[in-house]
Amino acid sequence: MIRLKIRDHNDLFQGQEYIEQFERKREFEKGPSDEEIRRVAEWTKTEEYKEKNFARQHIKINPAKACQPLGAVFCASGFEGTMPFVQGAQGCVAYFRSHLNRHFKEPFAAISTSMTEDAAVFGGLNNMLEGLENAYALYKPKMIAVSTTCMAEVIGDDLNAFIKQAKEKGLIPKDLPVPFAHTPSFVGSYITGYDNMMKGILSGITAGKKGEPNSRTTNKINFIPGFDTYTGDYFELKRLMNMMGVKHTVLADVSNVFDSPNTGKHTLYPGGTPLADAMDSINADATIALQKYSTFKTMEYVGKEWSQKTAVLTPIGIKNTDRFFDEISKITGKPVPQEIEDERGRAVDAMIDSHPYVHGKRFALVGDPDMLMGLVSFLMEMGGIPVHIVCTMGDKKFTEDLNALLSESPFGAEAKVYTGKDMWHLRSLLFTEPVDLLIGNSYAKFLWRDTETPLIRIGFPLFDRHHLHRYPVIGYQGTINLVSSVVNTVLDEMDRKTINTTSFDVIR
Amino acid sequence: MSTAIKDTQKMIEEVLEAYPEKTKKDRAKHLAANDPTGQCSTCQVKSNMKSRPGVMTVRGCAYAGAKGVVWGPVKDQVTISHGPVGCGQYSWWSRRNYYNGQTGVDTFGTMHITTDFQERDIVYGGDKNLHAALHELKGLFPLAKSMGILSECPVGLIGDDIEAVSKTASKELDIPIVPVRCEGFRGVSQSLGHHIANDTIRDYILGKGELDKSTPYDVAIIGDYNIGGDAWASRKMLEELGLRVIAQWTGDASINEMGIAHKAKLNLVHCYRSMNYICRHMEETYGTPWVEFNFFGPTKIYQSIRKIASYFDDRIKENAEKMIEKYKPVMDKIVEAYKPRLEGKKVMLYVGGLRPRHTIGAYEDLGMEVIASGYEFGHNDDYKRTYPDMKEGAVIMDDATLYEMEEFTRRLRPDMVGSGIKEKYSYHKMGVPFRQMHSWDYSGPYHGFDGFPVFARDMDMTVNSPTWDLIRRKR
Repeated sequence: MIRLKIRDHNDLFQGQEYIEQFERKREFEKGPSDEEIRRVAEWTKTEEYKEKNFARQHIKINPAKACQPLGAVFCASGFEGTMPFVQGAQGCVAYFRSHLNRHFKEPFAAISTSMTEDAAVFGGLNNMLEGLENAYALYKPKMIAVSTTCMAEVIGDDLNAFIKQAKEKGLIPKDLPVPFAHTPSFVGSYITGYDNMMKGILSGITAGKKGEPNSRTTNKINFIPGFDTYTGDYFELKRLMNMMGVKHTVLADVSNVFDSPNTGKHTLYPGGTPLADAMDSINADATIALQKYSTFKTMEYVGKEWSQKTAVLTPIGIKNTDRFFDEISKITGKPVPQEIEDERGRAVDAMIDSHPYVHGKRFALVGDPDMLMGLVSFLMEMGGIPVHIVCTMGDKKFTEDLNALLSESPFGAEAKVYTGKDMWHLRSLLFTEPVDLLIGNSYAKFLWRDTETPLIRIGFPLFDRHHLHRYPVIGYQGTINLVSSVVNTVLDEMDRKTINTTSFDVIR
Repeated sequence: MSTAIKDTQKMIEEVLEAYPEKTKKDRAKHLAANDPTGQCSTCQVKSNMKSRPGVMTVRGCAYAGAKGVVWGPVKDQVTISHGPVGCGQYSWWSRRNYYNGQTGVDTFGTMHITTDFQERDIVYGGDKNLHAALHELKGLFPLAKSMGILSECPVGLIGDDIEAVSKTASKELDIPIVPVRCEGFRGVSQSLGHHIANDTIRDYILGKGELDKSTPYDVAIIGDYNIGGDAWASRKMLEELGLRVIAQWTGDASINEMGIAHKAKLNLVHCYRSMNYICRHMEETYGTPWVEFNFFGPTKIYQSIRKIASYFDDRIKENAEKMIEKYKPVMDKIVEAYKPRLEGKKVMLYVGGLRPRHTIGAYEDLGMEVIASGYEFGHNDDYKRTYPDMKEGAVIMDDATLYEMEEFTRRLRPDMVGSGIKEKYSYHKMGVPFRQMHSWDYSGPYHGFDGFPVFARDMDMTVNSPTWDLIRRKR
């Protein structure tokens, strides 16, 4: 082993030589004086600044939001042998891939049709035809799921007609499933894109399959997890349903796609819902979505076109998970087994043990609508007080739903819901009305730095911590994981704050 | 033609077999066996051409070049991603262009600021909103030195006039506003975005900064984005050499520095690909000469220090020799420690527009050999600079696809691969040691005397990690 002390950026630039270098550089920067910077920095913490900040209508600053096609490619990747294929400019796909790579620390394959200026003028037909031909030849997919970037949407490419042509010209086999969805980036967000792609895939591949249940799918339940970026949730859902003896199909099962075993071999399609099961999902007894706001159109479609029982159940926290199992039990007629009841008991036990450190703590939350609904419910069960709830992707319906939930508990009385707002708004709130804890994605660490509100990393994307997505947040086991993240963040913070006091306790 | 070249050509032909005819013909132009002498006519790759649809190119877009490389790192400019929300989100603080300053107060580098286009903006145009947004931003960030508008795809497609909005708002707000037409569909890669961004520096900022006094030793660092602090490590060396760095483009750059680089006695260009345009402009308009340099690894560093010093007086030249004398033992110690662990290891590189050639020397300093290299968005002049630095028969690849990279890896069996985040985890699954050579895998700096020890340490931990041996390999 090499014992040289190598200094990298983490300590190198703290050295005196560099501090002096930075000071010398200021001569050329002509920046404001230290005093001016201090003055403005303090001003950004004021009520006056908050009002100015909240008056803004035309610009987002640090939003917790990304665009439709990201959700579409994420959804598409959850089907067996499926290549997500995006009609539009290539930079978008490079971005979707890197974004998902960074969160999951996993490879992610998706294809673009590399549209450029000429496609802007003449339309993207040629790109689509050549793209399908190449993608099929090189990557041998069992299904190609097409979505769009804003470029293709602005110029008005007709996906249906283009795909038909590709098949007529023999560029791809006639029987290759090529479902599609229009996913303009200037409408909604990635939860909308997930919904559109899911509906596109399901309507595309189940067409004509009604009434032909094969033996493996009778008495089956479909689960649609939604834009859930916790791979642990998928494994957990399947484990729980197997324990209950419920036959099921998880539609867009991304678990193995974003958490594939290392075997020394890279496979393009490491998992996904078997296509035969997905095609037969139309014949299941019921379809249950685990998220509401990322499955609106899909669930409406399933309810209407498939004539199945449908339900939306987000099993985050105790009450939500209870409701989840009650409903599943009702739909399938299968009792909830004792093992699951035991898991419930353990989760409740964990919450009781930790409640003194969470009770009365005030929280700010920022994230996706479904996750926020689940987390707020969970926090109130623990005696936590949600105060600022920021949902950039939220809409009016979400505000109503969340306000209804908050009104169910005295712990919800202080909360205010901010839809369409961003993390720069939240920064103001954290200065003018400080809270004890912050829940958000990795970008919320800038809020932690500015306001010193301890951050619990829950949501998407999580770039700066490893493996968090492997731990489920759903079910009773997920609830234990949530308790653990919350309480141990409180305790870590307590240690930091009491490090030089008598309160530096070893037993807590 | 040598057997080394013939063997590689045969391998390339085999790999190309999988493509449909038209794409095969196209891709054949972008893959070649290296001929360092430049005599073999079939050994030159074509570059800076459109990617084929459907082949999983690694490339990004013009916006990525303008935001992620040239304008994004400029710290005291409020830079707006103008269009739908995604582009700015996916490029948010992902390139680690370090800077000093108080974010949100006098600097704005780690912020994601976007007009978040909605359907109404597509239908009615986004200009009015943009104009209002500029006013709001000026109100919230009074210490900003400039505002930049980076156009995303729809802006150009719907025919918005961001130049007019900029002009009006700039007058109203008394602040420079830089409209950048870097819509993602323009050009074939990030590269055009660099060029467009260079042109906007020329048109809106260059020549407008203040420099209190000039000295005969003034230089500017051009094309160093301070990833993991690279530019700082380079600056330290140039200052020790006796030079005065008046501007850093664009890592840790201020708008004032962007306005005074033409006053340098010499522009020092690290990333030629992304900033040669503005250097040529400064040379033609202001007579500022420029020279390329390479601060990766001791061999290239010594050469570069001497080359840079040759433009100055004897004092600087003597300083160069003194520095080499001072740091050589330090560098030798690093080489002595790491070379035995890395000697003979084969490296495959596929990076952006500079590092596929610039890092070769650093690998060689450690006894490693680069057996394949390629650029995402290089041009002919980049490849011309690369051929002589690589061995005969090495693979040269332009705009390589995931399929090609995997096939070359299978056949060439490199001991490590250096490329980007999109490739990283595929290689982890393959059990091939991998290092991100865009972001330094969140490490760095890699430039200069302070950077090389970090580079050596990182390559060692990559190649020699015991984790690779844990894989139970499927055949």
